[in-house]
Amino acid sequence: MAVNDRPLSPALQVYRWHLLMAMSILHRASGVLLALGAVVLVVWLLALASGPEAYVRVSGVIGSVPGQVLLFGWSAALFYHLCNGIRHLFWDAGKGYDLSAAYASGYAVLAATLILTLAAWGGACLVLGGS
Amino acid sequence: MDMRKPLARVRGLGAAGEGVGHWWAQRVTAAALVPLSLWFVISLVMLAGADYAAMHAWVAQPWVSVLLILFIIATLHHAQLGLQVVIEDYVPTPLLRIASILLVKAVAVVLVMAGVLAVLQVALGG
Repeated sequence: MAVNDRPLSPALQVYRWHLLMAMSILHRASGVLLALGAVVLVVWLLALASGPEAYVRVSGVIGSVPGQVLLFGWSAALFYHLCNGIRHLFWDAGKGYDLSAAYASGYAVLAATLILTLAAWGGACLVLGGS
Repeated sequence: MDMRKPLARVRGLGAAGEGVGHWWAQRVTAAALVPLSLWFVISLVMLAGADYAAMHAWVAQPWVSVLLILFIIATLHHAQLGLQVVIEDYVPTPLLRIASILLVKAVAVVLVMAGVLAVLQVALGG
């Protein structure tokens, strides 16, 4: 079949970038990233089920510096996708469509993502320090 | 003026032939994932630094196993639905599009089976 070479929706290349658009595409990007994170979750659980040696190997990779950087990214992606997803559920219910409301909820989502991500890692550091 | 035939209107499945099924399933799994993902992240934070034995004991608790299995199913169902929309938006070739969607579905099914089996093995095995 012939390839349709008309521009695909969402046509990112023709619009001026602004917050709501950037947050919309970031919702997608974080979702794709989290789908990859689900693979790691399953690998981690399989290692846990396979026994101590497999678990130590996998948790060693996760605990390495690149692993922790990825984990930090995944945690931020999860909190962003979670908060922005709740924003989307309100939109689905027909609430918050005014431009001012959309911007206000957008900034609230960004603030909540930052606070929750820092709180999670701060909490993990406290637990590590306390044990 | 309605261009649809009466049968199409009664079925309510629209042009894509599946109605609001996909859209609704994405919202239902999203709503389920709000408490489940918060529970999962808070649990992992409280388990920071836990070794194999501690993690194994945590997963083996009945309510933890149940919530983990629900979390795995809801996450991968939601991920599959979301990735399908991304593929439909950005893969223009029909054959490649349907192949990618089916591949994502297959991987999601394998991951659900593997994840659920792993949790059950930890929960039921000694």
